[in-house]
Amino acid sequence: MIQLWTQNRDRINEAIDKFLLFVWESTYGALTTTGKVVLFFIEGMRLVFVKPYRVNEIIKHMEFIGNKSLMIIALTGTFTGMAMSYQIYLGFSLVNATNLVGPTVALGITKELGPVLTGLIVAARAGGAMAARLGTMRVSEQIDAMEVMGINPKQFLVAPRLLAAIISLPLLCGVFDFVAMAGSYFLAVHLLNLDEAIFWDKIQLWLNPKDINEGLIKAALFGMTFSSICTYRGFYTTGGAKGVGESTNGGVVNSMVLIIVVNFFTTNVIRALYKIKDNL
Amino acid sequence: MEPVIEVRNLYKTFDEGKSFVLKGLDLKIPKGLITILIGYSGTGKSVLLKHILGLFKPTKGEVIVLGQNLFDMEEEELIRFRTRLGVLFQHAALFDDMTVLENVTFPLREHRRDLSPQEIIEKAIEKLKSSGLDPSHYDKQPSELSSGMQKRVGLARALVLEPAILLYDEPTTGLDPILTGMVDNLIMETHKKHKGSTSVVVTHDLGAAFRIGDYVVMLDKGKVLLEGAPEVFLESDIEVVRHFVEKGLRRSEDV
Repeated sequence: MIQLWTQNRDRINEAIDKFLLFVWESTYGALTTTGKVVLFFIEGMRLVFVKPYRVNEIIKHMEFIGNKSLMIIALTGTFTGMAMSYQIYLGFSLVNATNLVGPTVALGITKELGPVLTGLIVAARAGGAMAARLGTMRVSEQIDAMEVMGINPKQFLVAPRLLAAIISLPLLCGVFDFVAMAGSYFLAVHLLNLDEAIFWDKIQLWLNPKDINEGLIKAALFGMTFSSICTYRGFYTTGGAKGVGESTNGGVVNSMVLIIVVNFFTTNVIRALYKIKDNL
Repeated sequence: MEPVIEVRNLYKTFDEGKSFVLKGLDLKIPKGLITILIGYSGTGKSVLLKHILGLFKPTKGEVIVLGQNLFDMEEEELIRFRTRLGVLFQHAALFDDMTVLENVTFPLREHRRDLSPQEIIEKAIEKLKSSGLDPSHYDKQPSELSSGMQKRVGLARALVLEPAILLYDEPTTGLDPILTGMVDNLIMETHKKHKGSTSVVVTHDLGAAFRIGDYVVMLDKGKVLLEGAPEVFLESDIEVVRHFVEKGLRRSEDV
């Protein structure tokens, strides 16, 4: 072993150097990009409140992000609620706790699955479209054209998308929660023959408004996350059609990963904040 | 002659100084003329144009347009200043989610809030007519138009705010000889109609330089190699210029 090490010391050292350099460059690159995205978001939000206000654009993007996502959110929500109900029913029936199917589904949906799935679905649908649209406008010089016309492209193209996503996501999350509970109710009460009164009573007992608020706050954060990443990637696209593809792909993948990560941290932060508030 | 655009000692690198696209470029573009920027591909013509528009920040040097140093301005100020410039992009860069008429009215809707919607439409139609676009195309999407028609719309949009300087970025690249001639004529006619305006055309088509140019600037390796009236280029002894002129004229004759 020692002989092997001595013979190949230079090569091993070189490999370790390369690995450490790779880790450093990746970390540095990721942190730099995160910083740029945050600054891009702050700039975008500042421009929302600068004249001329882009109300029409905001409504147009809310229609695209919110209204056009309704059907897919409704479908996903219904089946998620039903599937969750069924799995929880199977588990809880082993310990004779089927009375708790309703609140368990309700808490799981409102606090975690509702915002996360809404965020992931809308990031894939609307986030991808945002990155592709802005990327295409960049490579076909439409953004340059806007800039030389004396129009701030960040204010016209980016700011309305950011605000529209932040407003639309909690609304969609609310819809997701509602249809998921409807699906859960249908399966639990009408197909699994659980008692309807107990189902609703236990939900009322265990589910607090702050649980629903937690989910809605998270949804707004996810809207902020995916819209910032996707507009940033699209806005700074380079390299023609290939670049547009990379921006779209990168925007959606980064958004999805970050939504999961942000979800973990915000869950803990929100709970800590609630604890502080309760202790006051 | 009084320059409307002055470029001083301009350097630009995209790879943190490993190589420079522009290397200490100095240039004065005279007022009221059609100036043609020519040169082989990769000599920095389009990069120079983007500096004149303030879209690229120089690594070093100054760009003074209409008496104002572009890079002394705040971003918002620079954006407002650009309304004094009109640009026809290589592929027209029309907004593909708007109709032809909406494309041309867009700058007016943004900047001329003193005009009524009817006046905005009338002004846009006037520019579209002067660019020679048939009214039957006004409600079409840009994707439904030929590249020649798209250039006409792009030109109408560039002119609608009555800019002091009109810039053309490779307006004939990729067009057939008939369309090339049409675009050249359009540039000349537009220049004549807008008296006192300055036109800057970036191209590698030498024929255009001789057909429509009053003043020609040739770039090579990120610097100005030769500038002057078109005839100066025919008499030049500089190897690169001679080679470029011979090749360019031969291609024009073939066309």
